[in-house]
Amino acid sequence: METLIKKGAEAEIYLSEWMGRKVIIKKRVRKNYRIKEIDEELRKQRTKKESLLMSGARKAGASVPIIYDVDLSEMKITMQYVEGKRIKDCIDDMDGKEQKKVCKKIGEGIASIHKSGIVHGDITTSNLILYKDRIYFIDFGLGEKSSEREKQGVDLHLLMEAFKAAHENEELFNWVFDAYGKNFEWADEVRKKVREIAERGRYMVRE
Amino acid sequence: MICLGIEGTAHTVGIGIVRDRPFGILSNVSSMYRPPSGGIHPRDAANHHASVFTDILQKALERANIKFNDIDLVAFSIGPGLGPCLRTAATAARSLSLYLKKPLIGVNHCIAHLEIGRAVTGASDPVLLYVSGGNTQVIAFMNGRYRVFGETLDIGIGNCLDKFGREAGMPFPAGPKIEEIARKGRKYVGLPYSVKGMDVSFSGILTAAINSLKRESMEDVCFSMQETCFSMLTEVAERAMAHTEKEEVLLGGGVASNERLRNMVRKMAEERGAKFYCPPGELLVDNGAMIAWTAILMKKSGIEMDIDETAIKQNFRTDEVDVTWRH
Repeated sequence: METLIKKGAEAEIYLSEWMGRKVIIKKRVRKNYRIKEIDEELRKQRTKKESLLMSGARKAGASVPIIYDVDLSEMKITMQYVEGKRIKDCIDDMDGKEQKKVCKKIGEGIASIHKSGIVHGDITTSNLILYKDRIYFIDFGLGEKSSEREKQGVDLHLLMEAFKAAHENEELFNWVFDAYGKNFEWADEVRKKVREIAERGRYMVRE
Repeated sequence: MICLGIEGTAHTVGIGIVRDRPFGILSNVSSMYRPPSGGIHPRDAANHHASVFTDILQKALERANIKFNDIDLVAFSIGPGLGPCLRTAATAARSLSLYLKKPLIGVNHCIAHLEIGRAVTGASDPVLLYVSGGNTQVIAFMNGRYRVFGETLDIGIGNCLDKFGREAGMPFPAGPKIEEIARKGRKYVGLPYSVKGMDVSFSGILTAAINSLKRESMEDVCFSMQETCFSMLTEVAERAMAHTEKEEVLLGGGVASNERLRNMVRKMAEERGAKFYCPPGELLVDNGAMIAWTAILMKKSGIEMDIDETAIKQNFRTDEVDVTWRH
């Protein structure tokens, strides 16, 4: 039985069962506003790309749901269901020590992903799941193969903004960045980029 | 309150006279600069604006059936836009304000598109897909500001269509001609579909479309270009709606006159169970009424501007404006 748990702009997320396991199915749905030639090609490419990025990031050492099946006729990816809690929902309830531990893991995870030449594209606290001492990265829908500092900077900048917007402790991002810096040799350049991106103004939070 | 608004950010100079209670656009007159060939030279456009200004001012007053003294507020487009054009409109506005001894307010052009759309369509809290020659943005209200959730990373959609048109020998603006020719297109010619998160990019499509003219028919290339560009725009509008959890989508900007784009966005809204809004054509394109109306909103929320605060802002960002008239 499939239960719809989330409807995004391009995909529907179902909770289901696959060979006795609880799984998540991400299905890219047909968009009737665009012609078939564009729609099918796009959904196929994106489904393919996302599954490749997920397995790539996983191979690189980050915690990412295991992919069980990719179906390019129905444009769906069947993946491991990670039972834990979204960082967005749990980080404010932790004490400082715990928060620091979690942030360190987030930083290490991002470093592994970036080292493998992948950028996630949407690292918000809703896309990070804490499960049994591990931080899982989900939703690589906006990710790509890239080692550009700019794009790595965008990854971190987005997380910085997410922390700033919804979470009180201002140290959170610094902890993430410290761990990132220890595990990624280009971190200084990326930090420069993060600053640049923030100053471009578009995303600047003005008081 | 009656406000006279002057628009002059790019190729069009317009004057609109708007009354707030009861809401009414008393007149909305404009004149568009059409270059004899090629694209818009900012200085030539500005000269055009200056030369027709008194003429359209007269017409705007006559059609509104009011006298100079009935005007309570003077407004103008302070940015973003082409420097010489902005300066011409600003100078005219300052002179009028001093002459009439009425307050002066400079309005962000992009926000004016959104506000006039809200005023005339009944949309209350929409995501605006703003598509014109120079501007391509997805804008929505959040935490006291109109924020840009997505935008073009290089050229505006209208600019992309115009440049293609120029290469293909069409007069400016090329959009309507492309739309007409595209109706006869049948075959989809692959063009690079470029959506990055909620941003779009058109320069690659432009190059690819021009190149494919060597192999494919004009009809098919126009068709494919529209399908590709408009699918991208509809997609980012939808992403912004999902992200902001808003259930209305509003169109603005001259390119929204295109039927195919409207139909796509309407369809997208339908499939999401959201509402689709589109103002009438004369309010989609650059016009003075939108400037006047937005200035009324600003004025009533307590905004005042000294003359030295009315320097033009060529790169005025949508999210720089403190939206004091909405909560």
